[in-house]
Parts: sequence; structure tokens; C-alpha cells
Amino acid sequence: MKLDKFKVGERCRVTEVGGEGELRIRLLDMGIIPGTEIEIVKYAPMGDPVQLSLRGYELTLRRSDISIIEADKI
Amino acid sequence: MKIALIGNQNCGKTTLFNRLTGENAHVGNFPGVTVEGKSGIVKGHKDIIIVDLPGIYSLRPYSSEEIVSRDFIVNEKPDVLLNIVDATNLERNLYLTVQLIEMRVPMVLALNMMDEVRAGGGVIDVGELSRGLGIPVVPISAAKNEGMQELFTEVADAASLKKVPLVKDMCHRGPVHRCIHSLSHMVEDHAERVGISPRFAAMKLIEGDSEFVGRLGLSQNELESAEHLVTEMETEGRLDRNAALAKMRYDFIEEVMRTAVKKSGDSPEKKRSEKIDRVLTHRFFAIPIFLLIMLGVFYLTFNVIGSFLSDLLALGVDRVIEFVDKTLTGWDINPAVRSLVVDGALSGIGSVLSFLPIIVVLFFFLSLLEDTGYMARVSFVMDKALRALGLSGRSFVPMIIGFGCTVPAVMATRTLPSDRDRKMTMLLLPFMSCSAKIPIYAVFSAAFFPHRGALVMFSMYIIGMAVGVLAALVMNKVAFKGTSAPFVMELPNYRFPTPKTTFRMMWDKAKGFIEKAFTVIFAASIIIWFLTSFDSRLNYTADNSVSILAMAARKISPIFAPLGFGDFRAVIALISGFSAKEAVVSTLGVLLGASSSELPLALSGIFTPLSAFSFLIFNLLYTPCVAAIASYRKEMSTVGSFGVIFMQCVVAWIASFAVFNLGGLILTLF
Repeated sequence: MKLDKFKVGERCRVTEVGGEGELRIRLLDMGIIPGTEIEIVKYAPMGDPVQLSLRGYELTLRRSDISIIEADKI
Repeated sequence: MKIALIGNQNCGKTTLFNRLTGENAHVGNFPGVTVEGKSGIVKGHKDIIIVDLPGIYSLRPYSSEEIVSRDFIVNEKPDVLLNIVDATNLERNLYLTVQLIEMRVPMVLALNMMDEVRAGGGVIDVGELSRGLGIPVVPISAAKNEGMQELFTEVADAASLKKVPLVKDMCHRGPVHRCIHSLSHMVEDHAERVGISPRFAAMKLIEGDSEFVGRLGLSQNELESAEHLVTEMETEGRLDRNAALAKMRYDFIEEVMRTAVKKSGDSPEKKRSEKIDRVLTHRFFAIPIFLLIMLGVFYLTFNVIGSFLSDLLALGVDRVIEFVDKTLTGWDINPAVRSLVVDGALSGIGSVLSFLPIIVVLFFFLSLLEDTGYMARVSFVMDKALRALGLSGRSFVPMIIGFGCTVPAVMATRTLPSDRDRKMTMLLLPFMSCSAKIPIYAVFSAAFFPHRGALVMFSMYIIGMAVGVLAALVMNKVAFKGTSAPFVMELPNYRFPTPKTTFRMMWDKAKGFIEKAFTVIFAASIIIWFLTSFDSRLNYTADNSVSILAMAARKISPIFAPLGFGDFRAVIALISGFSAKEAVVSTLGVLLGASSSELPLALSGIFTPLSAFSFLIFNLLYTPCVAAIASYRKEMSTVGSFGVIFMQCVVAWIASFAVFNLGGLILTLF
């Protein structure tokens, strides 16, 4: 399931990081790689971006950008 | 000896830099690039220079900061890398560390915020971490000034003994391992010729850093077989090259952490941050709270502290000018020379210097908001609103500052991650009506719209923003095609900034502003003084209406006739407004021979309500003052800053033309 389809409070494990170019490399560098566990923490007041918790820190990304990430619910 | 200080954003790098250098830092740009860097002399060691590289997460060649850092290490060959990491966020911070280890140059790891880890019940075995990474590791707390001596000893040791990292391999048996090693052997000679480690060269080959690979001078054959090896790695490992490298590095980090981190626990700062964020990024409260905070900052800066100090400084400047004026008159000095010193040099610098307290106070609050971690939350909350304009949430804060003063707003764009966003934000700043224009609005409202003052004032702000939105949409289509940089932003834990860091930053800003006041602004004041004090035969004159400026104003006033204010006095006021917006009102007063109480009446002699409104629109939109242009020149280029002057004047002319003529049409119809 695409990462932007998960609900707040849900945890998941990344299976694939799609997309290409700079955005994809940034996501990989920030530690979003196959196997990484991610928790959806909250959405910003206007509904976007989204706050994620992974590898012990908080990362914010736009909804449209995380749709390139495939993950399984855990 | 040269030390390069490198680390992620929000890991306490600036604090450590300030601790190590004491007061001997100087801010300056790296040669050839626009990224700001600082270097300083280490306290008590005159022969040791420490260079503060930009805060980055990775060494991939995607942002100017990353390229600058990579090139600095490769080209300048510092004797030792001092890599600082946030121990409360070790896993992600070590990603950069691993990339630095790959460069195989002497390095030391400063494990910052160890006090917070301990407070949260976490235990990190420093010896194990050092063994795992193959580099010296020193636990420190930059904020509490702990571990500095030990750190310095290790750094000096690593530099003098040229201690390169002991760990060479971060890859386990498998396709990635085979690929890296085959490539390392292949490029060994080339890499050694350039003076970099073969492993680092191999990594750059796999990452496809073409600019860097070009320096290796590989033959077409070699490049092809390299590509073949990489493709083979991708098929065998079922991961593309970029994901495979990231995974290899993170796997290595996880393995090191498994032995080194004896006990993990969330630091009290992290738990506290979660609680604070429940309010500050709350669904409903986030935006009102943000507006309240900004309102508070503005009120304190422009109404309470800043204005009080500004008035005080202005008073002092006035005294100095008065004294010099009297002295020079007493000496019976040539009136032209006296005027040059008093009206040209001193008043010019004085009027700009009186901004100084406002700027320093504003930056004090902004650095508080930035260093505590709140600015990242503002970007998070406001991002969606700005995306419509092709910008990201990070542009919001400079724009808000623009309503106070364009000068600090331009300086604040430094924090933006991409060059495109930075430039576009800077170009939008003039549309945020700065506080120096308020007196103009006030005088004209009193004269022409006595019962609708607030409405006129409000409409100026709204019109400014509306035209700004239009300008942003046009810029998106024409000059800044493509999308804004990816929004990948960390939310750091809230922390109290150290007073030293805050005051150091204020001092740097003040220094920069004073330098500007005595160079660019000084020159501009002298030029404007010359143009207002001499007539066309270069005779000194005290009569403003026969000066060169007045002549020029008469010549160009037809340009303004279609806008409703072709009177040369209005034009002179606009020109003098370039030195400072407050000068528009004072110049009109002088030219019309009216004191401030008589000014509204005198104005009705040369303006109608419609042309007055058109004049206000022009003032709202035309070129920012010389102090702002000087900041543009520093942040963009000389050509760019002249472009700003020209563009704003054109936009202002079109808007005023539309207002005056459409307004006239409506008035005749009804």
C-alpha cells in the first residue's frame, strides 16, 4: 500500500521506494529504504505535509511525495 | 593546521564552533560560491584554523551546500575532519559520518548531546562505537561546554598522526561488496593521481556523480566496464544503485549501533517536544498561535524595544549632527562643504543607522524562534499555503519579516534550502509593504480620506500581497520554471539556544549592517545630496526647486502624468524615497514649504483624492530603498539588484496607471 494511504498512528514497513531523481535520493539518504519502520505521526493543519517518525527522529514530507513509497502495515 | 567542522543540521554545530573559536570568527563566503561559511582561529592556538562547513545530511551532489562541502574536503585537503553528531539521533546522523569515512581522511567524531542521552536513561559505549567506526569518538556537550579539552586533544592527535579511519569495509559479502571492490581496483591509479581514496572514487562512480567522475579522467572503455559492473550489481541484488548504497550504509550503521548502544531511551527533550507539538502544530490552534507569536514579535520590535532604541539612537545622531553643524558654521566653513558633511554624509548614515536597533532586535527574536526549533514547525504548518505559489513553507518567515523591513527579510532568505526558492522569495519581498511606508499612507489618508484611514492602510497591504501573488504566478511561468526543491525537512527537538550563539549571531548581523551603512549607503547619500544641492551650472544652492534633481524631475515628470501625479515635486519625493521611504513625506514637506501639520492641506494643492491613491499605490510597489537594494546586491548580484529596481518601478507604473485610469472612468460614469 502507498504510504500516503496510511492513517495517523499507524505503523508500517517500507517495501519499495519508487520515483526518481533528487527527491528519491533525499528519501533514501534520510533513511527511508526497504525494511525501514515508519509511523505516521500527524498531518499539518491544512492537511499537508505529513509528519513521520523513523529511525528515532521526526521527518516531514509532502503527501504527494510519499506516494512513491510502498509499505506494509505492521 | 586546518580543521573542517562538518555535521547535520540541528546537531549543535554552530554552538561547538563558537566554543572552539571564542570570539575570533569571521563570516565570509567560500571562494567562488554563494554559500556562506565561517572560519575562525581556535581559542589559544593561533596556528589552527577551523572552517564551519554548511549543515548537510549527505554528500550527494544535489544542493550547493553538499557540493561546497565535498569540494572543500577534496580540494582544500583539511588536516582533519571534525564530524559532530547528535547522540540522541545517532542512526540518521551517522549516515553522513559513513560517507566521510569513505573519503579516508583523518577524522574525529564528536558525540554531542550525550548529557541528554544519559538523562533519558540511554547508554552508549563510546569505546565500542569508536571500534565499530574505526575513528576516535569523544562524548561532548557543546551547550554545557563539556568534553572540549578531550575533543581538542583527539583532533590535534588525529591531524598530526594522520589517523585515517581504520575501518575500510562497510559492505558484507554480496553484489554491492563485489562491485565496490572491483571498481576500487579499477580506478585505483586514477584516484591516487587526484589524491582521493579509491573507495570514495568507486562510490562516486556508482552514485553517478558525473562532474566528480570527470576529474578522474577515466577512458571510455573503463567507464563502460564500470557501468557494466554497476548494472550487474543492480540485477543480482534486486536493488538499484542508489537504494543499494543507502541500504549498505544503513546496514553498517545498524550493526555498529547494535554493539555500541547498550540501552536506548527517548531523551527528556524528545518527550518534551512531543508535548509542545501537541499544541504548536495542533489542527486548530497551530495557525492562530503562530499569528499571535508573529504579532508579539512585531509589536515588541517595532513598537516597544526596537523603536525605543531607534529613537534613542536617532536622538544621539541628531545631537552629533547639530554639534557638527554648529562647529562648522562657527568656523565659517564654505556652506557647500558644511552641507556635504551635515546634510549628505551624516544625515544619510544617521537615518540608516537608526534602523540598526530594529534589525538587531528583530533578529534576536528570529534567532530565538529558529534555534528553539519553532521555525521548522512554521514551515510545516504553512507549507500548503505557499505551495500554490510554487514555493515551500520555508519562505513564509522571510515574507512575514518583509512587512517589518525588507533588509532583514532579504538576509533571512539565507535559511532557504534551494537557490530557486531563495531568489524567488527575495523577489517577492518588495510586495510586502514595509513599515517605513506607514508614514506615507498616514499623511495621505489624513489629507484625502480622513474617515477611511484604516481602510486605505489595509487596502495597501492587501493590494501589495495580491500583486505579489500575481508576480509569483508570472515568475513561475517565466523565470522559475520547474518545481520548488523537494520538501524534506526534519523537525528537531525543541531546545533552549545558548545565549552565546544568539548574541554572536546578533553581533554578526549588526556588523554586516554597519558595514553596509558606511559603504553603499554612504555613497548613495552623497550622490543624492549632490543632486539636490547643486543646480545645472554646478552652483551650490539651498533652493531645492532649482537643483539638478528638480530639473531631472521636471524632465521625467511626463512619465508620471498618466498616473495622475505629473507634478515635479511628487517626482522629487519619489526619488528621495529611494534613500529611505520616510523621506517621501519629509521631502514633500520641504518642497511645499509646509510643516507636518499643514502638509495635508498643502498636498491637496497638487493631488486629487484619486491621484493621491494612485501615488500611494506607486509608493507601495516601486523600488525598495537603497538599504534594501544593498542587501539584494550582497545576496544576489549587482545586475540582479538593478533588476529589482527596474522591475518594481515597471510594476508600480502599471498598477498606478490602472488605478488612476480605471478609477477616473468609474468616477465619470457614476
